[in-house]
Amino acid sequence: MTRPSDLVALTPEGLYCPAGDFHIDPWRPTSTAIITHAHGDHARTGSQHYWGTKVGAPLLGERLPGMTLDTLDYGEVRRFGEARVSLHPAGHILGSAQVRIEVDGRVCVVSGDYKRDPDPTCAPFEVVPCDVFVTEATFALPVYRWPPMEAVVADVIAWWDACAARGVPAVLFCYALGKAQRLLAELARATDRTVHLHGAMLALVERYRELGVAMLPTVPVSDSARGRDFAGELILAPPSAAGSTWMRRFNNASTGFASGWMRIRGNRRRRGYDRGFVVSDHADWPSLIETIRATGAQRVLPTHGNTDALVPYLRELGLDAEPLRTDFGSED
Amino acid sequence: MRRFAELYAELDASTATSAKVEAMATYFAQVPAADAAWAVHVLTGRKLKRLIRSGELRTLAARASGYPEWLVEESYSHVGDLAETIDLLLDAPLEARDELSLSTWIEQRLAPLPSLDEAGRAVRLLAWWSELPHAQRFVLNKLMTGSLRVGVSQRLVVQALARVAGLDTALVAHRLTGDWTPTPAAFRALLDPAGQLAVDVDQPYPFFLASPLEHAVETLGERADWLAEWKWDGIRAQLLKRDGAARLWSRGEERLDGRFPEIEAAAAALPDGVAIDGEILAWRDGAPLPFTALQKRIGRLKPGAKSLADAPVVLLAYDLVEDAGIDIRTSSLQERRARLAQHLATLPAGADAAIQLSPALDGDDWQALARLREASRERGVEGLMLKRLASPYQVGRKRGDWWKWKVEPYTLDAVLIYAQAGHGRRANLFTDYTFAVWDGDALVPVAKAYSGLTDEEIGRLDRWIRAHTLERFGPVRSVEPHHVFELAFEAINASSRHKSGVAVRFPRILRWRTDLSIRDADSLDQLKTLAGG
Ligand SMILES: [Zn+2]
Ligand SMILES: [Zn+2]
Repeated sequence: MTRPSDLVALTPEGLYCPAGDFHIDPWRPTSTAIITHAHGDHARTGSQHYWGTKVGAPLLGERLPGMTLDTLDYGEVRRFGEARVSLHPAGHILGSAQVRIEVDGRVCVVSGDYKRDPDPTCAPFEVVPCDVFVTEATFALPVYRWPPMEAVVADVIAWWDACAARGVPAVLFCYALGKAQRLLAELARATDRTVHLHGAMLALVERYRELGVAMLPTVPVSDSARGRDFAGELILAPPSAAGSTWMRRFNNASTGFASGWMRIRGNRRRRGYDRGFVVSDHADWPSLIETIRATGAQRVLPTHGNTDALVPYLRELGLDAEPLRTDFGSED
Repeated sequence: MRRFAELYAELDASTATSAKVEAMATYFAQVPAADAAWAVHVLTGRKLKRLIRSGELRTLAARASGYPEWLVEESYSHVGDLAETIDLLLDAPLEARDELSLSTWIEQRLAPLPSLDEAGRAVRLLAWWSELPHAQRFVLNKLMTGSLRVGVSQRLVVQALARVAGLDTALVAHRLTGDWTPTPAAFRALLDPAGQLAVDVDQPYPFFLASPLEHAVETLGERADWLAEWKWDGIRAQLLKRDGAARLWSRGEERLDGRFPEIEAAAAALPDGVAIDGEILAWRDGAPLPFTALQKRIGRLKPGAKSLADAPVVLLAYDLVEDAGIDIRTSSLQERRARLAQHLATLPAGADAAIQLSPALDGDDWQALARLREASRERGVEGLMLKRLASPYQVGRKRGDWWKWKVEPYTLDAVLIYAQAGHGRRANLFTDYTFAVWDGDALVPVAKAYSGLTDEEIGRLDRWIRAHTLERFGPVRSVEPHHVFELAFEAINASSRHKSGVAVRFPRILRWRTDLSIRDADSLDQLKTLAGG
């Protein structure tokens, strides 16, 4: 249970700030919704008035067509009722934000989704000092520790090359917003080959290019003639395309999945991909602990994922921690 | 070890069996025989001697990682594999410095572990963990915790070996059956091109396994070309009589000697140089006792008078694969059965009760057999076996000549009440379920099942379980009684060891009955009626 001093509380619509009369990433329609980022479990349709970051607006536009959206620059302060509100980079995807709420000198920060690893497609996470920190907990177990991105890029390139040598396509599944663009940007440091894209990724990659993110050249799979041989090509597709009829055009394809979940062998095997690449847009365990400490918050409310281990661990560290039951997903 | 860790990673990464066989064949051809021998040993599921207790490993993992033990436990229950959990919790150098061979690791580093004291083991393990890169450390942990489980069966290992040696798989399979010692000489003997079977007197033959009949029985052709038998629900076994002594092997290639003295005593009357394939059953008055009776015998190494009297056993003989010391697997089933019947006919009174011919069923045509099959349950059998009379005795599960034609399973509607995280492929998802039926106003657990749902359903149920947990008992969670599932099972027996008083065999989930509420679930009384009491 939250307390009044937490500045936020749970309502049936979602996470609510009574002092400012707004919701953050509500899962049901409300009057005022501040959206941390454009992922489906955070940006939902139906609310009357949306607020988000200026840089993330084009992506929110893809997700919430026709909505009324006002934007804030990172760091720009705006009054909502009794609350002073500002948005700060979360390092999760392009335009993602943490929400800082200040009421009578007390500060609560809602992290949204975040990561601390470098990402060429978005502004790095900013540590915002606060009294109350609502932190995500998607990967909140110490077995989740991310390898350096250079090593993962080298693995992906080696797999691509091995597929080319065997004369088979390499189909890499990853989330269409954020992960796909980050991979295209990271791979650009190692190669300049063209990558083929599933239709669900085209518009989002286009938005990223318009916003100035440098990525590998891409072509839509649908531009290729029927019966084209994709041997040796790298194809990016959303996980939902796995096992669909769309996959039939890639003869004998080797498949990979780029996600933090791939850290665990059982996940890799259960999903039946040939390869798992550990790339996450969420904080790993060391980052979670380090970030929570860096904010200086004495009160920590983990949510969005696995809070079972994190809450008692934070209590052992002497923090006032309590889980917050929300409706966010576990996609990565 | 580096080379073996690479092989492990290759086997783990590929889902295609052809790629696995290829990777193993390359490995066997490249590495020294001493390493290849150990690789064969662990890849075929043979274990190393117990090297260290799992509790001690967890304590050391906590020490090495700096995390409290409960967090190591929590991580383990999420990952589902201790070897992997430990590897994931620790930093590792990116560069390989380990050039010790697999055999050196196992024989010189691991084998002495049990003889050290705890402090000695700790010093070594902490050093190894800090020196080894991820892939090797994971494999090292796997070797210490027991099973490798990398999706490789003995059959695939045999295929790889046969490819390297240019030999027939049946020959290699036979050489690898039974007690196989991982030495360089034994590995070279596996690949020996001479084609001679240097059969050890203790060594059984690889079992020929039947496949489930999935099409109409009439498609098998003429009834007269087939032998029909009951499908007995016991322990498949091979009885060898060589050099004047009897040896009893289970299908899992475990020696059963000493557990079934009735059968061994009867074997004394058999001629030397025979190998009989059959089924061990608890048996009284010409009919099988429930499997639970046999279960009590399996665990008893030297059964006392009471357990011999409570659950007397019989070997129902199916087949004869060796006669007068000669491998007769290539002759026809008809021929082999005739010789088997001859041998059994000469058994003296008493012995002929402990080893009997599994009777051939009459039934003139397929319809008559189908009617017999309908009566399987009353007889305590699982259905029928159909074997082509002209068939040789093959190796492993080869389709075409031997079919099991089982009766349809029983079904029941039961309520999900407990859930536990799975292991291996399904680690960190709640996939092991306990189901209950009504006993008056109470739900009593009657079955555990962990197969039958799609991945999508498993994911949905997993989220529901997390949100509707009532209580946690270690890794087990009790959940709100809400979901009803239709379960199938093969048999039901009265059981004093179960709270419900019944035990169901081989329960599995048929479907998620979202159309039913928990009040629609079955009752214990209904189950007991099925159990015949
Ligand atoms: Zn997100
Ligand atoms: Zn999210």
